Amino acid sequence: MSELKDTIVGLLLKIAPEVDAAEIKPDVDLRDQLDIDSMDHLNFVIAMAKQFGLEIPEKDYPRLTTLDDCVAYVQSHRH
Amino acid sequence: MAVQRIQKSAPRLPPNLPDWVSAYEAFNWDNARALIDGLPCGGINIAHEAVDRHVAHGRGDHVAIRWLGKTGETVDLSYAELARRSARFANVLRNLGLQPGDKVFCLSGRLPELYVAALGTLKAQCVFAPLFSAFGPEPIAQRMRLGGANLLLTTQALLKRKVAGVLDQFPGLKVLLVDGAAEGAISLPAEMERASDHFTIAPTDPETLALLHFTSGTTGTPKGAMHVHEAVVAHNYSGRVALDLHPLDIYWCTADPGWVTGTSYGIIAPLCNGVTSIVDEAEFDATRWYEILERQKVSVWYTAPTAIRRLMKLGAEPVKAHDLSALRYMASVGEPLNPEAVRWGNEVFGKPFHDNWWQTETGAIMISNYASMDVKPGSMGRPLPGIEAAILHVEGDTARVIEQPGVQGELAIRRGWPSMFRGYLGAEERYRKCFKGDWYVSGDLAKRDEEGYFWFVGRSDDVIKSAGHLIGPFEVESALVEHPAVNEAGVIGIPEETAGEIVKAFVALKAGYAPSEELKLEILAHARKQLGPAVAPREIEFRDELPKTKSGKIMRRLLKARELGLPEGDLSTLEKSE
Repeated sequence: MSELKDTIVGLLLKIAPEVDAAEIKPDVDLRDQLDIDSMDHLNFVIAMAKQFGLEIPEKDYPRLTTLDDCVAYVQSHRH
Repeated sequence: MAVQRIQKSAPRLPPNLPDWVSAYEAFNWDNARALIDGLPCGGINIAHEAVDRHVAHGRGDHVAIRWLGKTGETVDLSYAELARRSARFANVLRNLGLQPGDKVFCLSGRLPELYVAALGTLKAQCVFAPLFSAFGPEPIAQRMRLGGANLLLTTQALLKRKVAGVLDQFPGLKVLLVDGAAEGAISLPAEMERASDHFTIAPTDPETLALLHFTSGTTGTPKGAMHVHEAVVAHNYSGRVALDLHPLDIYWCTADPGWVTGTSYGIIAPLCNGVTSIVDEAEFDATRWYEILERQKVSVWYTAPTAIRRLMKLGAEPVKAHDLSALRYMASVGEPLNPEAVRWGNEVFGKPFHDNWWQTETGAIMISNYASMDVKPGSMGRPLPGIEAAILHVEGDTARVIEQPGVQGELAIRRGWPSMFRGYLGAEERYRKCFKGDWYVSGDLAKRDEEGYFWFVGRSDDVIKSAGHLIGPFEVESALVEHPAVNEAGVIGIPEETAGEIVKAFVALKAGYAPSEELKLEILAHARKQLGPAVAPREIEFRDELPKTKSGKIMRRLLKARELGLPEGDLSTLEKSE
């Protein structure tokens, strides 16, 4: 579980390396607490899809707004 | 390729511009001036045309702005309420000692207070200067310095994250907070509470400075384009003919007021036309957007290619799943809308997106597709009545109009329209350079076809257009070379399917530093902290050396040609071959 979270944070840090991983609140919209814009978020979702071999359709993007969301999404979609 | 044509069937509502040819021929600006009221005491004030006059005409109860909060709340501001609140804000400025001509900068997300502040600032004859909230501290500080900010309206979070570190550069600056007080800052709610509802707009000379919008050039600092109150003649008229706004429309402009579209067409033009304007606080979210279109019964929708391309990825399904029967007219701006996107819109929505073209400097839409005119997918359309557009061949200081259709040249507009910028603040020479004789030369390359439709070709300079926003490579390079490991940097735009272009930086390191993934991320972090995500590069690549001219200027054109495998062109000025 925490390994999965670390991997996801690692993907985010490649896009927004200025982020202090220790300060990410897992249940708050990433776009609200960090300086990331729509393009960053899009790139982050694409990176997750690639990393975990998932197809993440655009309609699921709203389910990937917080770190907890992302972990839950990957857990429920990964085979 | 044969140009496709989307023919118009009989419209649901008679368009404001029933026939482009006759309107273009018959037009004169006096007729457009007759569509605004003017101040009762003399002159023209944007806020009066946008708000107060509707109250005077008995439409005070009509909803002017419907604000949709991120978490589902809705706030309706009627024209009467907006008139009251903007009057209060004008009084707040006066109470804080601001004088006409003072610059009110605004750094905030899309909150109701932003709209109230913009209009109140104009009532007080102060100058409204919006900043984009995804800017980092450096672009913010630089623009406030260039603009001579007297007051900054922002939020506690943005103050802490982006402004606190540069505040000591602005000793006389007043900071007003939308969401309460902080040390050294003034609470807007407390000031609004104290202020009176009554504010009489003083006679306003139409040439009074109203708006200051920053834009980027190839070299040097950002440029503060100055717009005056007379611009409202063009805002109002273009909203009417290019966006086909009717008073009962529910209109949604998805642009942020931090950029010129979000001010001209997110605040001024829709309110002038008396519509209900939707403001969504949230960022792009395809599902949410379709829900807004359906639930709010949006009839006119003005959005951008980046968003349209993301919606395309979802396909036709969500469009069919929502009742979008209220939607009558769709328009797009920011960068050229690719023909596939226009055709896609026509297929799935049953109506095309109407692309249009304009810039920060032009203040209002210059070239457009219209409700009554056939659309040629990929074309920006034809000039608005009153606007003379041409393709120029520019050589040095001289320019000649290219009459022959299909020949590429500089897209130019003949000077004299009401929303033409009146200068770049403090940069008279740069302003003069934009004109060749009577022509404002836009920096965009285009062609005109035999029917008078204009087609975008590319930029004539190195400015990058990402997600509809102009980014000056020099601003990015300057931030990069501040990193201790960076010797020099060259920044270009590279094609990207969603944003059109993204910023890519080529970096040469100082002696003693070796390229590594870690260093790349460190430099990226540095750039993002300084510039914010909207301006910082999305990609960084190391080079031993960057191609330079004999005079030492980095040849971005060559970096780009090599990156994209394009012809390298004239290399006679290259310092040495690599």
